[in-house]
Amino acid sequence: MTAQVITITSGKGGVGKTTAVANLANALAIDGKKVVCIDGDIGLRNLDVVMGLENRIVYDIVDVIEGRCKLKQAMIRDKHYPNMHLIPAAQTRDKNAVSPSDMVRICKELRGDSDFIIIDSPAGIERGFRNAIAPADRVLVVTNPEVSAVRDADRVVGILEAEEKENTALILNRLNPTLVKNNDMLSAEDVLDLLGIQLIGVVPEDESVLIGSNRGAPVVTDAKSRAGQAFRNIAKRIQGQDIPFMDLDQQNGLWGAIQRLTGRK
Amino acid sequence: MDQTASLVQIKGIRDGLLATFADAAWEDQCVALLAQIDERPAFFQGARLAIDVGAQILKVNDLVDFRDGLSERNVSLWAIISESPTTEQTAQLLGLATRISKPRPEEQKHADATSEDMALFVSKTLRSGQRVEYAGHIVIMGDVNAGAEIVAGGSVIVWGRVRGMIHAGAGGDRSANICALDLSATQLRIADEVSALLKPQKNPQPEIASINSQGKLQSELWHTG
Repeated sequence: MTAQVITITSGKGGVGKTTAVANLANALAIDGKKVVCIDGDIGLRNLDVVMGLENRIVYDIVDVIEGRCKLKQAMIRDKHYPNMHLIPAAQTRDKNAVSPSDMVRICKELRGDSDFIIIDSPAGIERGFRNAIAPADRVLVVTNPEVSAVRDADRVVGILEAEEKENTALILNRLNPTLVKNNDMLSAEDVLDLLGIQLIGVVPEDESVLIGSNRGAPVVTDAKSRAGQAFRNIAKRIQGQDIPFMDLDQQNGLWGAIQRLTGRK
Repeated sequence: MDQTASLVQIKGIRDGLLATFADAAWEDQCVALLAQIDERPAFFQGARLAIDVGAQILKVNDLVDFRDGLSERNVSLWAIISESPTTEQTAQLLGLATRISKPRPEEQKHADATSEDMALFVSKTLRSGQRVEYAGHIVIMGDVNAGAEIVAGGSVIVWGRVRGMIHAGAGGDRSANICALDLSATQLRIADEVSALLKPQKNPQPEIASINSQGKLQSELWHTG
């Protein structure tokens, strides 16, 4: 088997890259795929916390690069899914400790033994970002329906085009259908119109995402969460399945009933 | 200073700075270059540096130490030019470029326009951070997104939406104009006039911006016939 390397990036910080990595990796692992996540944010590592593996770190990616341990030793097995591993970032170093060719080499070593390698890119367009996209077969750009986030995503897409990374798709995160309906938020159509790249998923705003991140239990494992459902759908699309987009307008439960009664729908 | 200058020559190129090393020992030249950077930190701040090392054979360790030294001074090493295949291989191993002739795709400059009447045709959408500069006119088939910049000696025509910055008549030509299907630019400039229009339109219509008889930059709807 030869793995597909997927890099998740955004340009702007705080739009949900790390959350997307943790959720997509979990969703792919639930589907029985062998997944390795790499935290590319050297010096500001977070992925281990979101995945709930913080206390298991012994070696990190810089230890591998500088030859202090073998690649296998830096791979932390997930608590729930033995087919999912994390290679954590170093917290005490900076982006210059890794080079794009180091990333290509590590991914090459991992490719033979997994189905998906998911790289969490740091924010920005400097060294850390360059490292993260170097080995990528596919790049998913995460953005929020905010003008500033879309502007940064546009910059990133421009760089990816210049680097001839053809396989680029968009994840629109934290969309609030009610705000969109009241014309207080950019809609998915507005964002796509501006960026002009393929859409692979729209994740609605959902409190349970934050709660899941803080607990180290990604929301994708919560069957009731709509954001979790959106991430599960994206994971299916990554595997090549044709899954229709969710109807985000359709509100279930009490809130939907109230909205229907008050005529906001 | 005399001694360091004789060892390392630095000049500006399109992609940043190019340092050419003489045929002296590698370590001495590195020290000389770093000393030169320390002398003028403001000049080198954030620079992209390419190095022509001649025929010297360099190993990974040599380059890594030097690159770390540069990055401590906030200078990024991006290319090593060498006559030695071994050194080129080392550079490639570290993810460094080994050629600088390739133009950076993000920045297209065509300063070699012979006449102001020449036009540059760009058939793609310009994204944030991309810049097109040309001495003649520029025609763009696509959008100019917010954060992109177009600088033309003559006029600019955009068959698409404009949300970025456009400067027409950059050489001082006040008769230049800017036309677009949707002109909701962040900022327009013609010669030395600047206008921040910023009026997102519900139903965009083609517009043309020029300097009017009062000497002000103004845009008006395009009327056919």
